[in-house]
Amino acid sequence: MKKKKGLLKFYIILTPVILVMLLPLVYVIFHAFKSTNELNAYPPQFITLHPTLDNFKRLFLLDSQSVTPVSSYLVNSVLIALAVTFLAVLISLSAGYVLSKKNFRGKKGILAANQTALMFVPVAVAIPRFLIIKNLGLTDNFLSQILPLIAMPVSVFLVKQFIDGVPLSLIEAARIDGASEFLILFKIVMPIVMPALATVAILAFQSAWNSVEASQYFISDEGIKSFAYYLSSVSANTASLSAQGVSAAASLILIVPGIVLFIILQARVLNTVAHSGIK
Amino acid sequence: MKAFLNKYSHWVMLFPFLACFVLFILLPVLASALLSFTKFDSVSWPQLVWLKNYIDIFTADKIFFQKVLPNTITYALIVGPGGYILSFLLAWVLAQLGKTLRTVLAIIIYSPSMLGSVALATIWSVLFSGDKGGYLNSVLISLGVMNEPVAWLTSSETLLPIMIFVAMWSSMGVGFLAMLSGVLNVDRELYEAAYLDGVKNRFQEIIYVTIPSMRPQMLFGAVMALVGTFNSPGLGVMLSGSNPTPGYGGQLIINHIDDYGFLRYEMGYASALCVVLLIFVWLSSRGAYKLFEDKD
Repeated sequence: MKKKKGLLKFYIILTPVILVMLLPLVYVIFHAFKSTNELNAYPPQFITLHPTLDNFKRLFLLDSQSVTPVSSYLVNSVLIALAVTFLAVLISLSAGYVLSKKNFRGKKGILAANQTALMFVPVAVAIPRFLIIKNLGLTDNFLSQILPLIAMPVSVFLVKQFIDGVPLSLIEAARIDGASEFLILFKIVMPIVMPALATVAILAFQSAWNSVEASQYFISDEGIKSFAYYLSSVSANTASLSAQGVSAAASLILIVPGIVLFIILQARVLNTVAHSGIK
Repeated sequence: MKAFLNKYSHWVMLFPFLACFVLFILLPVLASALLSFTKFDSVSWPQLVWLKNYIDIFTADKIFFQKVLPNTITYALIVGPGGYILSFLLAWVLAQLGKTLRTVLAIIIYSPSMLGSVALATIWSVLFSGDKGGYLNSVLISLGVMNEPVAWLTSSETLLPIMIFVAMWSSMGVGFLAMLSGVLNVDRELYEAAYLDGVKNRFQEIIYVTIPSMRPQMLFGAVMALVGTFNSPGLGVMLSGSNPTPGYGGQLIINHIDDYGFLRYEMGYASALCVVLLIFVWLSSRGAYKLFEDKD
């Protein structure tokens, strides 16, 4: 009985918090499916009574008249997100393994640099990044939206912490059997650290899917810009209510994939961050 | 060849990460530091001006001192520590619940942190829309709280509080998850021992048992909170629809950097601002390390 009473207290604290967290998301979902009539209703309604796909249709049709169709931005974003996620997982896995299980000169320095870079704020160095992209000849190149995002100190840190928990004997046994280092990495270490890789995948996907920096600064060709950038340019003028419906539809497309991915992978993520401590 | 690859496998495996790390993280930071001593318009070769940019920041830049700096400090102090404490408290409360409910609520609380500044700005600009059809306005008017719609996002008084609210709303990210698993993994026996030693209530339990035994997660959470504070650069600009924000009301140091770097092309000056920001972040994280580092 005492236990139950204790929990009630927590429900009372949590309910308003959860409502504040949830309602804006629910509102966007409702908004995206409203017809023009319902968007114009006064006072504005929270719940959509007659859901339609009008806003989505308008999002994809209206702009087919302009030079770059919306689907082009969307395809670009999908490609960017897939490439960044795949590459970030791959290089974080191999770097994390080396930094956890190998001993070589310079390792301490690299670890310290990576740990310092955990607090790195990408936006603070947009200018030199722009200059580096320019000097590499990557302006207006699709790669400029991928390469700057794949080195993730946080990911390497999480993978390294996770691999620290893998017994060395397992790796040595494989080595004695004559397995090459690459075989060990992909056949023995990788299956064990899947939870950490799932976490890296989420973080990488999130940063790539939402990224506007490259489209804004490095690229002038509309045909290779990202969906998030497109949304930021339309939502800058959401004066009319029907435009609000369209941008709600667009932001739903921006929001849903990440949340679905997290729901699928959440158990693995929690398993990984349990190892995340900085000592 | 194969033997060579295997012998130096650690460098081969490290290389892709290291190359990208150097190119897009280390080099930009160093370049920022160097450019901050120059006058540079991105076209002609940078001219060395030594400390002039820094002196200008602290003596000549009125907007920086009257608007940007106070805004940034207010924003950072509330969103950083505030978001962090909120993350910890929510993590602690969730840890008291059963597994299914805990998982569902953790997903709800974590979800907003997955939104980039674009999605954040779109959602909230619909809710805070300034005409009477805006959701917040119509609710407040129908409740009789006010008579006229408020232009929440384009008024220099309300923009900053809204930015702070939105940033807090989306601050329960990977640091929150780390602290949640930290609380869950505290050894049960420690609590029993602590009660024998005279701990009397839940609050003392948190202070004397929970936090000390999850110090590493607390530190990770603190570093993530710090980074997260400055990671929605476009928020104010996108909410209000302009850079500079109306009356500089929501202008943070990051927008000031953008303004000088990419709108006025005074990249030397903008780089000096970057260095100031990076030093600020670094000092704050030293503070977090001091607080939570293993003292043994």
